Amino acid sequence: MEKNDLTNDQRLELYYWMLLTRVFDETMVTMWKQGRGVGGTFSQRGHEAISVGAAFALTPDDVIAPMHRDLGAYLLRGITPQRIFGNLLGRANGVTGGRDANLHGMGDMTLNVIGFISHLPHSLPVALGAAMSFVHRGEPHVALTFTGDGASSAGLFHETLNMAAVWNAPFILIVENNQYAYSTPLHQQMKSPEIATRAAAYGIPGVTVDGNDVEAVYAIVQEAVKRARSGEGPTLIEAKTMRMLGHAIHDGAEYVPRELLAEWELRDPVKRYRERLLEAGVADETEMAEIAQRVEVEIADAVAFAEASPLPDPATVTQGVYAGE
Amino acid sequence: MSVSSNFGFADGETINGQTREITYIAAISEALREEMRRNPDVLLMGEDIAGDFGGAFKVTKGFEAEFGARRVINTPIAELGFVGVATGMALMGLRPVVEMQFADFITSAFDSIVQFAATTHYRWKGRVPWVIRAPADGGIRSGPFHSQNPEAWFVHTPGLKVVAPATPADAKGLLIAAIRDDNPVIYFESKPLYRSLKGFVPAGEYVVPLGRANVARTGADLSIITYGAMVHQALAAAQRLANEGIDAEVLDLRSLKPLDKEAILATARKTGKVLVTHAANKLAGVGAEVAALIAEQAFEWLDAPVQRIGGLDVPVPFSPPLEDAYRPDAEKLYAAARALAAY
Repeated sequence: MEKNDLTNDQRLELYYWMLLTRVFDETMVTMWKQGRGVGGTFSQRGHEAISVGAAFALTPDDVIAPMHRDLGAYLLRGITPQRIFGNLLGRANGVTGGRDANLHGMGDMTLNVIGFISHLPHSLPVALGAAMSFVHRGEPHVALTFTGDGASSAGLFHETLNMAAVWNAPFILIVENNQYAYSTPLHQQMKSPEIATRAAAYGIPGVTVDGNDVEAVYAIVQEAVKRARSGEGPTLIEAKTMRMLGHAIHDGAEYVPRELLAEWELRDPVKRYRERLLEAGVADETEMAEIAQRVEVEIADAVAFAEASPLPDPATVTQGVYAGE
Repeated sequence: MSVSSNFGFADGETINGQTREITYIAAISEALREEMRRNPDVLLMGEDIAGDFGGAFKVTKGFEAEFGARRVINTPIAELGFVGVATGMALMGLRPVVEMQFADFITSAFDSIVQFAATTHYRWKGRVPWVIRAPADGGIRSGPFHSQNPEAWFVHTPGLKVVAPATPADAKGLLIAAIRDDNPVIYFESKPLYRSLKGFVPAGEYVVPLGRANVARTGADLSIITYGAMVHQALAAAQRLANEGIDAEVLDLRSLKPLDKEAILATARKTGKVLVTHAANKLAGVGAEVAALIAEQAFEWLDAPVQRIGGLDVPVPFSPPLEDAYRPDAEKLYAAARALAAY
C-alpha cells in the first residue's frame, strides 16, 4: 500500500463508497435500458476514485460543488441514495423535488453541497465564493469543486483561477480529465494535453494525479486542503481518467476507439482497489462479500423507495421560484 | 436635468422621521454605508470600488477605510466570474452587493445571473441574496456601451427581482430592501440622475418595499406609466399638459419585477387612457408587458388604445442629435399625451 495516514478501516470505507457508487451506477444504467428511467442520465463508470477520494479528504464544514460524474461525492456528503434515485426519477422527495434533472442541481446547503448547472464551469466561481465566505468570516474551511477537460476551455476557468490566486483563496479545483468532452477528444480541445501546467500562469501549484487510484487522489487532495487551511491559497489538481461509457445514457460513444477503452478497463478504479486491499491483507474475500452485500441491499432499497415515491403535484409548479414566499 | 423632487417616500418606513435633501447618488452611498454598519454579512465587490478611488462614480469612496478590505473587494475584470463568486458567498449566508461598473457590462455576467443565480432556489432551495447595482441609462453622451437600459432581459427571467428607482428617497429605500431580500435583485440606478437630482431622503433606516409602484402625480384625464429617469420627463410633460387643462397621472413603477399589477390596473381603470414609456428600446420592452396586462385585464375601462414610447430599435448612438432622436423626452411625451387626450 502507499504511504499515507489512512487506517485500514478508512481504506475499507473508501472501498465501500466506491462500490456504492459503482453499484448505484450499474443499477441506474440497467434501469434506463429497461425503460424505467425518466429523461437522460450520466454514468459514473471510471470516475469513482476521484469523487470518493476527494470528498473523503474534506470535513463536513468544507464546501463541495460536485458535477455530473461525482456521484460518490454526493453520497459521501450525506445525500442518500433514496433522495438521489428520487431525483433521477423526478419524484417529489428527490433532492430537487422534480425541479432539476438527473444529477443536476443536487445542492443542499445544510450539507454544504452546492448543486451544479449544465454550464459546468459555473461551479468554479460559485465554489470560490464559498471559499471567500470562509475568508470573510475568518474560518479555517475550504471549498472544493470539480470540472472537466471540456469545461477547462471556457473563460470561467481562467477568470476563476485568476481571482482565486489574486485573493489567495482556500479553493481547490479538480479537473477530471476523462479524454472526451461529449464526442470531442482532448487534442481537439487543447494544444497541450497537460491541464495542470496552466496553474503556473496563475502563480499557484498545479499537480497531476492518477484519477483511477483512490488513495493517490485522497493524498493529493489532502495536501491541497492542508495548504488551503493554513492560508497558502488555491491548488489546481488534474486527475487523469477515462469516461468508460457515453457522454449520457443515450450515447453509445462509437467515436471512442475500443482498444483505448480496453486499456483503461485494466485500470478500473473499483476492481483495482479491491485487489490491492486483498493483496495487502486489509480485508479478505468474506469481508469483501459482506461489503458487497450491504451495498446491494442499500441500492435495492433506494430504488424500491424511489419507484414507490409520489411524483410532484402539478399544482406546485409555480412554488419555490423565490425564497421567502 | 435640474428637477428637485420630494415625492416617493410617503409609503416607505421612516424610523426616526428626519429628512434632508441629498443627491440621488448620495442616497445610494448612504444606503450601502448604513446597511454595512448594521449587518456584518453585507459586503461589496466590483471593479475599482476599493481604496481612495471608490469606484467609477465614487459611490464607495471611503468605504474601504471604514469597513476594511475583506468587505470592500476590488475584483479583476471578470464580470462572469465575480457574479458567480457573489452567488457562492450568498449561498453561504453573506449579502454581497456587486457594483457592475456600467449596466452595459452586465451582459458579460449573463449566464451567472440568469442560469445559475436565478434558478437556484427553484431547483434546490439555495438562497442567493445578492444585489447587483447596475448604473444604467443615457442622455449623457456616453455612446453605445455606457448608455444602455438592459432591464427587459432580466424582467423576463424567473427568479430575479428588478428595481429602478427614480428619486433619491427610493434610491435609498429600494437599495436597503434589495439587500435585505433573500433573492437576487438587480438594481438599475440612473446615471443621468446621479448628481442632477436632489430630493428629501429620510435619515437612518428607511425601507421601500419591493413590488410597489408610486403615484408620482395624481391626475384624471390620462396616465403615464414609467420608471427611472423617465419619471421626471413624464412629470415635466404633465406640467405642460396641466397648463392646457389636461390632467395627467404619472405612475412610477419603481419595481419592474415583481410588477405592481394592482397599481397599473388602478390607474388604467381610473383614467381610461394610458401612455407607457421608458428609455430602453420599445420592442419587447417592459412597456410591452404593461400594455399587455392592461389589454388583458382593463380593456373595458379603456377609452383609447394604449400608447407606447420607447427608445428606438437601434444601438444607443453617441452624437447629441442622434441620441436625442433615439431617446424619449418630455417633449415627445407631451406630444403623445396630447394626442391621446384628444382621442
